[in-house]
Amino acid sequence: MATTTMSDFRVDPVSGLKIHKTANTLVKWNAFAAVVFLLVGGLFGVGVALTRMPSVQLLSPEWFYMALTAHGLVNLAVWIIFFEMAVLYFLGAHVLGNRLATPRWAWAQFWLMLVGAAMVAVAVLAPLWGGAPSSVMMTSYPPLEAQPHFYLGLILFAVGALIGCFVFLGTLVVAKREKTYSGSLPLVVFGGVTATVIAIFTIVSGALILIPTFVWSLHVIPGFTIDPMMYRVVWWAFGHSSQQINVVTHISIWYLIASLVFGAKPMSEKVSRFAFLLYILFLQLGSVHHLLSDPGLTSAWKIFNTSYMLYLAVLASMIHGLTVPGAIEVAQRRKGLDTGLFTWLRKAPWGNPIFSGMFLSLVGFGFIGGVTGVVMSVEQVNMIIHNTMYLPGHFHGTLVVGTTMAFMAVTYWLIPVVFQRKIALAGVAKLQPYVFSLGAWVFSIALMGAGTLGVQRRHADITFAGQPLAYEYPEIAKGLMDLGEIFGIIMAVGAIMFILVVLASIFTGERIPEGSAPWPKVEDADVVAERTGKHHVGMWGMEAPGTFILAMILFVTIVLYYFINFKYLSTIWGLS
Amino acid sequence: MGTSYTPPTNPDWWREPVERTEIWWIVLAFAWCLFMFGWMVGWHFIGPQNMSNEAYKTTPEAFSKKLADQQAKYTIRKDQATGEDVVSPPPGSDVYLAGMQWQWRPILELKKGQKYRFHMSSLDVGHGFSLQPENINFQVYPGYEQVTNITPNKTGTFAIACGEYCGGVDAMGHHTMLGRIYVKE
Repeated sequence: MATTTMSDFRVDPVSGLKIHKTANTLVKWNAFAAVVFLLVGGLFGVGVALTRMPSVQLLSPEWFYMALTAHGLVNLAVWIIFFEMAVLYFLGAHVLGNRLATPRWAWAQFWLMLVGAAMVAVAVLAPLWGGAPSSVMMTSYPPLEAQPHFYLGLILFAVGALIGCFVFLGTLVVAKREKTYSGSLPLVVFGGVTATVIAIFTIVSGALILIPTFVWSLHVIPGFTIDPMMYRVVWWAFGHSSQQINVVTHISIWYLIASLVFGAKPMSEKVSRFAFLLYILFLQLGSVHHLLSDPGLTSAWKIFNTSYMLYLAVLASMIHGLTVPGAIEVAQRRKGLDTGLFTWLRKAPWGNPIFSGMFLSLVGFGFIGGVTGVVMSVEQVNMIIHNTMYLPGHFHGTLVVGTTMAFMAVTYWLIPVVFQRKIALAGVAKLQPYVFSLGAWVFSIALMGAGTLGVQRRHADITFAGQPLAYEYPEIAKGLMDLGEIFGIIMAVGAIMFILVVLASIFTGERIPEGSAPWPKVEDADVVAERTGKHHVGMWGMEAPGTFILAMILFVTIVLYYFINFKYLSTIWGLS
Repeated sequence: MGTSYTPPTNPDWWREPVERTEIWWIVLAFAWCLFMFGWMVGWHFIGPQNMSNEAYKTTPEAFSKKLADQQAKYTIRKDQATGEDVVSPPPGSDVYLAGMQWQWRPILELKKGQKYRFHMSSLDVGHGFSLQPENINFQVYPGYEQVTNITPNKTGTFAIACGEYCGGVDAMGHHTMLGRIYVKE
């Protein structure tokens, strides 16, 4: 049995947390790898953006499809999953004042993921040195075929992530046995458990399909083929669910930041945990969103799954969307900002990138990623959206506007805690969430507009140049592509600002020595309320009336947008 | 004391009453969830645009045979743009369209307001049928034949682009893949 002594821990002056040094090292390495991959994937993204701008068209088709495959894999999988590993270890060890279980397995996680990612990179980038391409896109649908080490790299990466999930669960067992906390798990750790359960389902699904596909790509078993539809059904249990891990993780981060910045307490532990539970039960059904226009699957099956059984996972997201800002509002009101509807929001620390990043992530995820996600996953509406530019528009609205922005925001807090350095280039950090979100929001919306006008995704050129059966998209669609991609470049500038701040901070930032005086901590709102006797806050019999109004704006938006799409659907050719 | 990163202050948190803001929102959100579910089911009964549930296993060879038979029987003229056959099966009958690297064939001519049994399949890799500017999109695989009843409600020249990445080399590729449907009165 491993035993730990006090010297394996340090008390962090910034957060007050008791930090296991080995766990901290692993958080550092995973987070650092994540940021490096964000940079790599982002650069390919810039190549994609400059090619999809009709007035620029930077890359030839061959390089474009390679860059798009690399951008998708690196930014969708590698950056995010490395960061999630850092978050899981942080939740299991740091937050619970606990040691990390089986550090050696945790290192196996790190190296397997790194080797896997490198192997995929070698396969995808092979055309750079004249090798055989694996430009099959992130989705790699057979019978399109990549090099065998493309699939093997993905498998190793996934196995690494699976090990990370079990290290996290083991770490929770240690915390329970060694009584580093009492009672129920903190809400954010509960969110981490939710993400882990979904991650295990996700990775097992990935193994179920990628292992046979790898075998197929070796051509050693005569007559062995992969059914293209079966591949899509199983692959999306991996591909879609992996995005649900992100949602759960970034929602946990929202809750964390609400507490860090405002001393906020969850409005109701019961409601928030129940919403996480709904995710575990229903979120994965959403993988059918990708299969709605496929042959051979019945409408009954599609409707049950695409609606997450009566939209219970959508209900969960709508709940978190209210309870996170609601918790902030209640905390602000308890601390004295109990006037008007939005004083609590106006007087929030908008110059603090931890808060501004988190709040932009919350609002953007709800209004851009969330509203469109619910509407486009309607079985019938999907027919006028499937595989158009609307898709990249939507998922940048979830993954970039929501997840990536939330991860960036929490990084500004993690650097002093984990890397023991003060944030360098604080002025850049202060502006960064605004630049990045401005770029990402307009990018997403413009691309969705172009998709509504029919522009297809994954096209190296939208002019169909040189084709005898010519087709031209409406001028406005091309304009939207230009506009969107210009804001894509602004988004990239925001990402580079983030990377600069991170690198400058961890390499040149002012050190925070061990044993230095504790940083002033935000007081818990309910402690303040206890002292001042402010027990009843809010108006109209609601503790968070401002948040309720914001939620109603979201509600009206989604209802209108839902019917606008049905109106458009009702004008097209009859289909039955 | 009480944050999201510390254990709940009340160990019996499951019995804590829920505040009114949350209750109203949950009721409203759940009502909308039920409505959306009902509407999606209901559109199958009241809406004229729905996914078909009819599909068959096939092979590229078998599907090619059907295409050839259709071409032999229903060719009406040569297309001005490409010199290829334009195929126009009679209203109500079966129409076959194949995706292949990198085109949709044959070129079709249909009549407005008439219903056709529209068969789609692929002869090589996965493709995406994308009718423009209607923006109607379906997934098409090799080995699967999807049958959708279609009723064109406008006249004009419609393009079919490819919505599913299907490979690409320099000059040709996924982004150049096109087909055409003429709809006449």
